[in-house]
Amino acid sequence: MSVDVYKETILDHYRHPRNYGGLPDANARAREASVICGDTIEMQLKLDGNKIEDVKFRGQGCAISIASASMLTELSKGKPISEIRKLGKKDIIGLLGTDPGPARMECALLGLKVLKTAIYSHLGVKMPEELEET
Amino acid sequence: MVLNVNKIRADFPILKRKIRGKPLVYLDSAATSQKPKQVIRAIERYYSEYCANVHRGVHRLSEEATTAFEQSREKFARFIGTKNAREIVFARNATEALNLVVFSWARANLKSGDRVLLTEMEHHSNIVPWQILAKERGIKLDYVRINDDGLLSLQSFEELIKEKPKILSLTHVSNVLGTINPVRQMAQRAHNIGAIVAVDAAQSVPHMPVDVADLECDFMAVSGHKMLAPTGIGMLYGRYDLLDHMEPFMGGGEMIKEVHLQEARWNDPPWKFEAGTPNIEGVIGLSAAVDYLSDLGMRNVREHEKEITRYALEQLEDVKGLVLYGTKDIEQRGAAISFNLGDIHAHDLATILDTQGIAIRSGHHCAQPLMERLKVPATSRVSFYIYNTRREVDILVRALESAGKLFKV
Repeated sequence: MSVDVYKETILDHYRHPRNYGGLPDANARAREASVICGDTIEMQLKLDGNKIEDVKFRGQGCAISIASASMLTELSKGKPISEIRKLGKKDIIGLLGTDPGPARMECALLGLKVLKTAIYSHLGVKMPEELEET
Repeated sequence: MVLNVNKIRADFPILKRKIRGKPLVYLDSAATSQKPKQVIRAIERYYSEYCANVHRGVHRLSEEATTAFEQSREKFARFIGTKNAREIVFARNATEALNLVVFSWARANLKSGDRVLLTEMEHHSNIVPWQILAKERGIKLDYVRINDDGLLSLQSFEELIKEKPKILSLTHVSNVLGTINPVRQMAQRAHNIGAIVAVDAAQSVPHMPVDVADLECDFMAVSGHKMLAPTGIGMLYGRYDLLDHMEPFMGGGEMIKEVHLQEARWNDPPWKFEAGTPNIEGVIGLSAAVDYLSDLGMRNVREHEKEITRYALEQLEDVKGLVLYGTKDIEQRGAAISFNLGDIHAHDLATILDTQGIAIRSGHHCAQPLMERLKVPATSRVSFYIYNTRREVDILVRALESAGKLFKV
């Protein structure tokens, strides 16, 4: 890992997070805090059948957790739920364009964890263990 | 320079390490100190020359190990100003030492409605055990407030001491703000109303002369690994008459005089509190660590840290967008400095500095109530020890300046 972790795109998403805020007509939501740093991310989703109609997030965190959550909302808007359920660590590294390394992976994955928690609780299905860790 | 830092640095093998091609700049000694070869060798000698269990063996190796073990206790006792080595209980760490006070002394002596006085700048290890006991016993926890400059509010202390707490338990030096608390003055006041005084000295004993008689405390918890010794060894000082009347914390071997099917008779302090085979290598490593620090002289250690902390505070103040927490008065602070740089999250800053080989700590430092008081989610913290140099402060400052540019602070 090098200082390249903080690419322009990451800093841009940190400074100007996309889809930031609350979604009044959301029908799925979740909020999680990171154990290591206490950062919190909240996601609100409007689900229509198998599709993510709209998604917004808010929270407090480091550049990596905020940027990955922001990028994730851009990616998931309009996508089928089944596609989001398949996302894992590799996809997040792909989105960020860099591997933040083991010490910061939890920050990078916080947004995805929250997004999946919201989806699974909406579906009334228990989130698979291995997915929690992906 | 009061210490010969070049000579000291040569004693620490890890300081030769390169991190990503850059020399390691280790500024995280408040989390754990690095270890000199004298300590590493002492442990190696124990395992290669006289490894045995302590106390009950009659063979030669056990005798040698027991002697080294008990000599370490005596050495540490003198190091913190008590002549009676039986006032030193070995534990796993300062956290366990504080838990011993809570679950052995306080559990037997506090009843529903009693009050415990803590401070807003405590480490979780001096908050959470009390909360556990509070749930069990219905005792009430009060917290001395801190001022905006990171010092304890003595006015708040005076108000809360009127509530007649049974025990005052406070940190000597804050692991976040570096604040040195006026323990002696507060202990005298607490004793006047009949309270017991426990001190978390994890951040003071490694860095400055500390004398339990001077502090006038009844209990003091210390961590070995923050003072050059290995991890897994902590020390509790307890006034002998208190230890003598306390029930054991854990049961097992070592802590008994005789055991029958339905009852047992406890051993004397300190062994009453040391159930099971202890961390013998840790205690032997501690002995070498105390020798190392005693040779340097704790006054010199403190002077060196004052010098480097003063320099660092001056340099950090000039970094654009940097906010320092805690007092600027060098006489009232130790060698840990907390700060934030603009709106850069502490974790991001630690990651950026790591790319330059600089090790700092970021987060809530196990002091979330203090973070709430400072109204920040996290801070970055640098902390210095006997091996740090001004040059390392300069490297830190340059790295902070470039981080500021990267994030456009």
